[in-house]
Amino acid sequence: MSSRALRQPFSLRLTSNIFLALWCLIAAFPIFWIVVMSFKSPVDAFDSNALNVIFGPATLGGGKGLSLLDIILGIAVIWVTIVIATKNLPSMVKSYSRPGQEWFGWVIGALVVLVGFLVAFFVILPAILNVLNPWFGPLGRDVLGLTTEHYKTVWIDRGFSNNFKNSLIVTTGVVTVSLTVGTLAGYGLARSGSTLAFWILIVALVFRALPHSVLVAGYLPVFINSAEWLAPILGENAPTLYGKPFAVIAVLVAINQPFTIWMLRSFFQNIPAELDEAARVDGCSHFQAFRRVIMPVMWPGVITTGLFSFLLAYNDFLVTALLLDAQNQTMVPAIVGMFNRETTTTDQVVAVAAAVSITAPLIFLVLIFQRQIVSGLTAGAVKG
Amino acid sequence: MNFRTFAAFVGPSVFMMLLFIAFPLVSVFKQSFYVTQPIYETVEKETCTPGFLTQTCVTEQVSQPMLDDHGEIITQTQFVGLQSYRNVLEPERAWRAISDGSWQVLSTINFWKALRFTLTFTLITLPLVVGCGLGIAILINNAAKTIRGPVIFISLLPFIITPVIGVLSINWLFRGDGILTAMMEWWLNRDIALFAQAWTIELLMMLYRVWHVAPFAAIIFYAGLQTVNQDSLESAVIDGATRWQRLKYIVIPHLMPLIIFVAMIHLMDSYRVFEEIVGFSSQGYVISLQWLTFDYLTPDQAGNRSISRASANSMLTMIGVVILLILPLRRTWRDHKGGH
Repeated sequence: MSSRALRQPFSLRLTSNIFLALWCLIAAFPIFWIVVMSFKSPVDAFDSNALNVIFGPATLGGGKGLSLLDIILGIAVIWVTIVIATKNLPSMVKSYSRPGQEWFGWVIGALVVLVGFLVAFFVILPAILNVLNPWFGPLGRDVLGLTTEHYKTVWIDRGFSNNFKNSLIVTTGVVTVSLTVGTLAGYGLARSGSTLAFWILIVALVFRALPHSVLVAGYLPVFINSAEWLAPILGENAPTLYGKPFAVIAVLVAINQPFTIWMLRSFFQNIPAELDEAARVDGCSHFQAFRRVIMPVMWPGVITTGLFSFLLAYNDFLVTALLLDAQNQTMVPAIVGMFNRETTTTDQVVAVAAAVSITAPLIFLVLIFQRQIVSGLTAGAVKG
Repeated sequence: MNFRTFAAFVGPSVFMMLLFIAFPLVSVFKQSFYVTQPIYETVEKETCTPGFLTQTCVTEQVSQPMLDDHGEIITQTQFVGLQSYRNVLEPERAWRAISDGSWQVLSTINFWKALRFTLTFTLITLPLVVGCGLGIAILINNAAKTIRGPVIFISLLPFIITPVIGVLSINWLFRGDGILTAMMEWWLNRDIALFAQAWTIELLMMLYRVWHVAPFAAIIFYAGLQTVNQDSLESAVIDGATRWQRLKYIVIPHLMPLIIFVAMIHLMDSYRVFEEIVGFSSQGYVISLQWLTFDYLTPDQAGNRSISRASANSMLTMIGVVILLILPLRRTWRDHKGGH
């Protein structure tokens, strides 16, 4: 498609690619580095020499390490898993699942691959390597310091799993509620050209710009005293909203709503209005048209918007830190707490391990939904 | 679509926004004029210390909060007018500092310090984000088709990462003798402490923000680059335009609406700068407007939250949001008028 006139000289292409590689390095490096740090003993993790951080002599000295054989076999297992997941899984899902229920096949397939990988990587592989390592002489000797003890500390001793559970509750709640409410509103706004619809969108835009702390300043006194002012309505067992996950879900849904309706509206505008007009001519009401004609074709937009709602809820620090009590705390404030409280380097590495634990799901998310994320970003922009 | 159906579709969403966004705004506005305090009473208290022959007894006036029957502190809410605003802005001191021309004194007042940082941060990062985003988009567009997917994947990572965690990961690279600090020390051959003065911390914060937002800008510009008219590029080459001229006269004007969009989003978001302060724990040196509200809302050692100050500070922060939004709103309004 590119014509000869637009072809670039080799030197330009080379420079361009070098700069691109540099950007990729800058983009990935901090994340890569915290992953490396999280597997090292504190002395290594905060060493000023980068090579020491990577190879971890102190970690190795502590008897925790990997031999060349470990590394080769580990990479092989990961590689096989990737090949299975990308090559064999799609065709198997297609052939085994009933038509129309592919998503169910995908869920089962993904679970099987995941469990298989975990068993192979963490149970079978170490057992085999324990036998093999002594046989291979220099190949079987530990060369790379690596320890998973910080992850054990975080998840088991520090009760991070509790924070994880709370995050799960909050994000699931936010995504479901905000999609349900937002889809209806987005559809209504896309199909109505009235001045009222315009004003709702404008006000939503203003709300989008509000600092979240302003809103929290409004909630806090009301939430803390809610048992008092709810008592006339709900009687004795009126809840104190402060510290309750469902209150935070409501708050985050509302904060997310302006963005959600703008985005879903732009998706619905891309679905031709003739589609629901045809359904209306055939005698459907607006709701029937929505349910039978629009719902089957709206999923790409809904999935994309759901991703961004998920990110908002998952990444939030300000609202959850102020409105949840210690018992219901989500992951991000918990990590900040660890980072601020701890002074010894051991505790710092534990915080690093927690940070990596919270980032890993996000990376998988990008891996799976890259196309949807990109289309979501551009959908909002192109409509402007 | 008639009004009733429209209301049924949009109703739940509007209701939530009214209840959880509009109502808190009104209540914050109201709170900023009231102060809730415990009622204090003054009691005479005699404290005695054992001494030789006689005890030494001192009687003093102690003010303590009054308790109700359940042993809870009685509070009362009082209208104080603009007092909370005065507490936040400290107009007399600020005015004196301005007329003396002494920035040092002005920056001891939290609000002005935070305002100064928030504005510099917003204005400095804006051109950097747009520039870097455009650069990366052009680089990706130049690359071979096969590697674009993986490159976009890597580029998305800084954007998708939890902001606080992103800040922390940068922090860990530089803190103390972190590897990048060590590298700079080795290169410049001098001791560097990046967290000992305000300007280096601010620099790191801007660095983080550009790293975090540039991918977002890049993806949007990249999508825009796909729709540049190839024919006009080609005719520009035939007319003898250099690469730079093509970029300046064809590509950038084509991307202009997207550049404005990215700039708007970035202005809104960076005006709310907050996570950087938490992640770098820089409150001793650098603070932002939103962080200040957060700080007022966090309970202090005695467990009190200064809600009215937080409210006053929020209302002052809102003024900036309004100024930010006037221009785009006027434009949308004109488009809307023109469209009908």
